[in-house]
Amino acid sequence: MEFLGSDTRFDFLSHRRRAWIVSGALIVVAIVSLVVRGLSFGIDFTGGTLVEVAYSETVDVGDVRSALERAEFGDALVQYFGTARDVMIRLPAGTDQAAEVSIRVMAALRSPFDETLVDSPQGGSQQCVATGNPESRDCRVQMRRVEFVGPQVGEELTEQGGLAMIYALIGILIYVAWRFEWRFAVGSVLALVHDVLITLGFFSVTQLEFSLAVLAAVLAVIGYSLNDTIVVFDRVRENFRKMRRDSPIEIMNVSVNHTLRRTVLTSVTTLLVVATLLVVGGDVIRGFATALMVGVIVGTYSSIFIASPSVLLLGISREDMMPVKKEGAELDTSP
Amino acid sequence: MLNQYPWWKYAIISVVLVFGIMYALPNMFGDDPGIQLRGARGLRLDTASFERVQTVLKDNALTPLSSTMDEQGMKLRFADTESQLKARDALQKELGQSFTVALNLLPATPKWLESLGAAPMYLGLDLRGGVHFLMEVDLDSATRRAEERYVDDVRSTLRGEKVRYTTVQRRARGGIEIKFRNDGERQKGVDVIDRELSGLTVREEDRGGEPYLVARIGDQERQEIATFALEQNITALRNRVDELGVAEPVVQRQGDRRIVVQLPGVQDTARAKRILGRTATLEVMLVDEEHDLQAALDGSVPPGSKIFRTRDNAPILVKNRVIYSGDNIIDAAASLDTQTGGPIVSITLDSRGAAINQRVTGENIGRRMAVLYIEIRTEIEKDEAGNIALDSDGNAVRSKQRIEEVITAPVIRDQLGKRFQIEGLESVNEARDLALLLRAGALAAPVDIIEERTVGPSLGQENITQGFRSVIIGFILVLVFMVFYYRLFGAVANLALALNLVLIVAVLSLFQATLTLPGVAGIVLTVGMAVDANVLIFERIREELRNGNSPQASIHVGYDRALSTIVDANITTLIAAVVLFNFGTGPIKGFAITLSIGIVTSMFTAIMGTRGVINLIYGGKRVQSLAI
Repeated sequence: MEFLGSDTRFDFLSHRRRAWIVSGALIVVAIVSLVVRGLSFGIDFTGGTLVEVAYSETVDVGDVRSALERAEFGDALVQYFGTARDVMIRLPAGTDQAAEVSIRVMAALRSPFDETLVDSPQGGSQQCVATGNPESRDCRVQMRRVEFVGPQVGEELTEQGGLAMIYALIGILIYVAWRFEWRFAVGSVLALVHDVLITLGFFSVTQLEFSLAVLAAVLAVIGYSLNDTIVVFDRVRENFRKMRRDSPIEIMNVSVNHTLRRTVLTSVTTLLVVATLLVVGGDVIRGFATALMVGVIVGTYSSIFIASPSVLLLGISREDMMPVKKEGAELDTSP
Repeated sequence: MLNQYPWWKYAIISVVLVFGIMYALPNMFGDDPGIQLRGARGLRLDTASFERVQTVLKDNALTPLSSTMDEQGMKLRFADTESQLKARDALQKELGQSFTVALNLLPATPKWLESLGAAPMYLGLDLRGGVHFLMEVDLDSATRRAEERYVDDVRSTLRGEKVRYTTVQRRARGGIEIKFRNDGERQKGVDVIDRELSGLTVREEDRGGEPYLVARIGDQERQEIATFALEQNITALRNRVDELGVAEPVVQRQGDRRIVVQLPGVQDTARAKRILGRTATLEVMLVDEEHDLQAALDGSVPPGSKIFRTRDNAPILVKNRVIYSGDNIIDAAASLDTQTGGPIVSITLDSRGAAINQRVTGENIGRRMAVLYIEIRTEIEKDEAGNIALDSDGNAVRSKQRIEEVITAPVIRDQLGKRFQIEGLESVNEARDLALLLRAGALAAPVDIIEERTVGPSLGQENITQGFRSVIIGFILVLVFMVFYYRLFGAVANLALALNLVLIVAVLSLFQATLTLPGVAGIVLTVGMAVDANVLIFERIREELRNGNSPQASIHVGYDRALSTIVDANITTLIAAVVLFNFGTGPIKGFAITLSIGIVTSMFTAIMGTRGVINLIYGGKRVQSLAI
């Protein structure tokens, strides 16, 4: 089976100005949103405490809140997590005895049921006892997850996360410049910055939680989008050496068309698995999968519409692509 | 002849295939309920202890499926949870003093696989459930304690060298301040300290016409104190973790002031924190009975003495010289006093402590001795508005709260020696925890938990299920797509993809790299991206066919041309993965690991693997058309 016919001849490059307008607009929106609204950072970055519990029966968020208020956790954010039996509680960083917070939260949540945690078997449910009754039973409130991140850790992560992105970009810049040519390196990094900005912008506009896993996904997007771009560039290089009579713009067009089916196919298989993660991967993976979804789509687009036109804009010529200069090579006619 | 592989290439593929299947296999056998035994306090297990365990089991009519012993301890596997729990109780009762007994799930890997070093993947805490703590060691406090020790050393050294000083004390802002009678004595003091206490650097200072010396701990010594504090803390934390009875715990240094503690399967994080984080120690001093307590309370505290509070907040005047401290304690056990029925802790001292104890108590019969309990708690300071106070570096300001409490101040009735008891504890639980802390050794410096990630067992199981389901569904979707689109070639690519999955699992198992939930996501992502190499190759082959090349030539050229593209594309992805690995903490590292492994294995399976199969099908024949 094949799609897109056997030989596509879309004139992608003549749409490059339109693409730049679209991308430019998206990037402006992204930057404005990042500046104005910022990212809704998760506790990985802000520091704070997150407690996820499962009740044996459905529970009213108001009751949970008042139980917490009695324990002087008035600033707790309480919400359902999936079902009406699962509740997630967030507390901002900075309460004293920080590491103790989750313990006191659990105690506050268990107090309405008059239960105290006792030794529980590994891998089994948590066992509790009631006052005056040594017989243990399954706790009505089961702790599912506790995350506490101290403010200093969060700060370090933010810093390291930013640095990681920069290091990744520099590493890529060097490798591509070495394997291809500096214009290609700049072109691919431009496309990557484009992808990262739009993905971050998506998280800023939607105010979806930006967690450590999302940051990992953004870095993975850098890897993925680059993969796409490199494949196109590889073909550009090859065609520069093969198509002696054509202008750079024509060569770019032919190269993007040649690799188009591969670009689309790989995006399809990748999106298939990312969609799988999004649907069945569970809550912890959801943010991660969302970032990948956005990133893969944007990355595919950018490797077609941003990477090659950028190289063209930087004034690539046939001479730049020749392994050894040959006589009679046509002169550069790039715009 | 085109498209024929030499025999050795098939040999490589076969070897990799066999290797992959063998090392991935242990993951198919599941777990048995088991028990892990380790020697308490770093004791080594030997054949005698092995025999003792077997005897206890036999006496209780319990037969383990298998018992093995290695450097890490003894492992017993049982057929069901019931006999596992029975065995735990029996062993705990009989041998609990000399062993740590921990429940665990032990892999049911067959013997022959185990002998090849094959084991199932090591699951991260987010999949198996458990607690992860990142702790920061308070090194300032270690320095302060060192300075406090030096105060005594300075006094005794000066006295020993007959240098006359007025006072020696530690300044609140750091450093030791020594006041002298006159300049001459001070000069002698400088010489003595330079000669005898080389860890200190001294500076002369005059205040109000009085000659002073300010001694500080030198940089090198400071560095040594920090290193020592970190190592001592790791040892103490290891002992404490052992006391908690956790199987496969991790206590590891991270950076120059942090320690990672991982406790798989632990559910009661409150107790874990209490035990790990507490910097409790005991100091034993004499009660100052020569001076008047009321006068001291009014402000004239006699030099060398200090006012402490007892449990019921009554003031007590104590001579501020530590006779011996928690460092000298080698064992502590909680029990009930046979006479009063109250909770007590029986303490055994080391020989140095015992000797001091004997001498001091012998000299002071009839006087009172104070047992001081010291605990350091950290709190983050807040400003008036209730926000966290930050220092100039933007870090939260922490204040250390030193809790000092005289637990008991009994009259010395008799000369004490190696063993004695502490009474006056509030509850049996308190006695148990205090005994545990004293036994496990004091922390050289307080630790703060600065990060915690706890996953309950139900969420862990759910993560495994969802992760596994994602891999299977994603895998099937890609398989279907590839066959639909590339027919026979797609089926070959699918074979490679399956082998790739097996290889990832095998490599993870072999290196016992931690598999986390993001790691599983990395595997799923690899499944989607690994076919990229095949897509590149197959598209190239189709192109060559369209250009009128023969099927054999098209296969040959297709693989050839696609190679450099695939390598370039994968290396750049690998760069991103390596950066991710270096930056990442725990779970993210897991993602970087599986992604990197997946990239490398997929290059092998997608290029060499598929080529081998394609060559088998088409190689060396007259072929009219390709099923692509």
